[in-house]
Amino acid sequence: MNSSQTPETPETATPPMPLWEVFVRSKQGLDHKHCGSLHAADAQMALRMARDVYTRRQEGVSIWVVPSSAITASRPEDQGIDFDPMADKVYRHPTFYELPDEVRHM
Amino acid sequence: MSAATQLSNTAVLDTQQTRAHQAVVLRLADSCLILAHRLSQWCGHGPMLEEDIALTNVSLDLLGQARLLLSHAGRIEGRFDDGKEGRGRSEDELAYFRNEGEFLNWTMTELPNGTGPHEDYGLTIARNAMVAALMIPLWEALASSTDPELAAIAAKSVKEARAHWRHAGEWLVRLGDGTELSHARAQAALDRLWPYANEWWQTDRLEQQAADAGIAPVLASLRPQWNERMHALLQEATLKEPRATGFISTGKLGEHSEHLGFLLAEMQSLARSHPGAQW
Repeated sequence: MNSSQTPETPETATPPMPLWEVFVRSKQGLDHKHCGSLHAADAQMALRMARDVYTRRQEGVSIWVVPSSAITASRPEDQGIDFDPMADKVYRHPTFYELPDEVRHM
Repeated sequence: MSAATQLSNTAVLDTQQTRAHQAVVLRLADSCLILAHRLSQWCGHGPMLEEDIALTNVSLDLLGQARLLLSHAGRIEGRFDDGKEGRGRSEDELAYFRNEGEFLNWTMTELPNGTGPHEDYGLTIARNAMVAALMIPLWEALASSTDPELAAIAAKSVKEARAHWRHAGEWLVRLGDGTELSHARAQAALDRLWPYANEWWQTDRLEQQAADAGIAPVLASLRPQWNERMHALLQEATLKEPRATGFISTGKLGEHSEHLGFLLAEMQSLARSHPGAQW
């Protein structure tokens, strides 16, 4: 995914454009969801590209773009420490509440 | 009362006017179709994946506009003889089974994507900007056409034209105000294309008749808006407005450059090899 690891060929003498993560809100009231990434020279170009790449089939009403380099991610090798201990803590799920019908998206 | 009935009661009665009506719709339809085809030639060859998709979207927008306009032109054609609908050619017949001299697109739209064998993104972008700068005021004016179908097509298309203008405009600024090489190529592209805008400002009898009937404005009336848009864009892009020339192309009269024949050969070959094929 990171093009800086791609070996440079003579045709791509210009440095690769930075990578951006794209988040699309599919309709009002819903969250922006991560839908992919793309290359662009700056934030404005990333927004335009995201419109054409990720919303051309009417997928969205709003777009966020974030430089991929701004994201700090958990390490895959920490999965055991980070997430496995949660597997047997069912009491953390508020399953004994009854949700009113009016509450949506929970 | 349907749009079609309304038309057949009013504008249609005069054959002369119907021909003018069809001609202005066809000029627009063919310009959209031919530019769509030119842009489709970039599909899979774009400078980067994201831009490849963006330009293909522009091409598909134009193709969509062309389809609506061609179908409409066919229906108008059906009224030539007795004022009844339904015996004109279909969009496919108009797109695939007319020859070069019957196409009425502006010559600018048929020019290759570069000079010689080389594709040039600067030229592609500069042309899209110049065309979109015309299409925005044109669709805006057509939205209040006395032809309700044309007005409806315009209302849908103007948003697409604004997106095309934004796409091409932002790229032209990046190219013009970019590196020495990108600036030089963007300027060369403008210099090459600029004379072809003159065709828009030549008003002929058909265009005037259609304007008198309130169907479509004469393009010359949109020139101040076009100038204003292009002037502001070129300034931002640090590009020079090319000098005015007396060259006038004649694509909208059916007299084309040497490039249209090759384009049509490519565009029409499948439909002509397999007439009526469906997929």
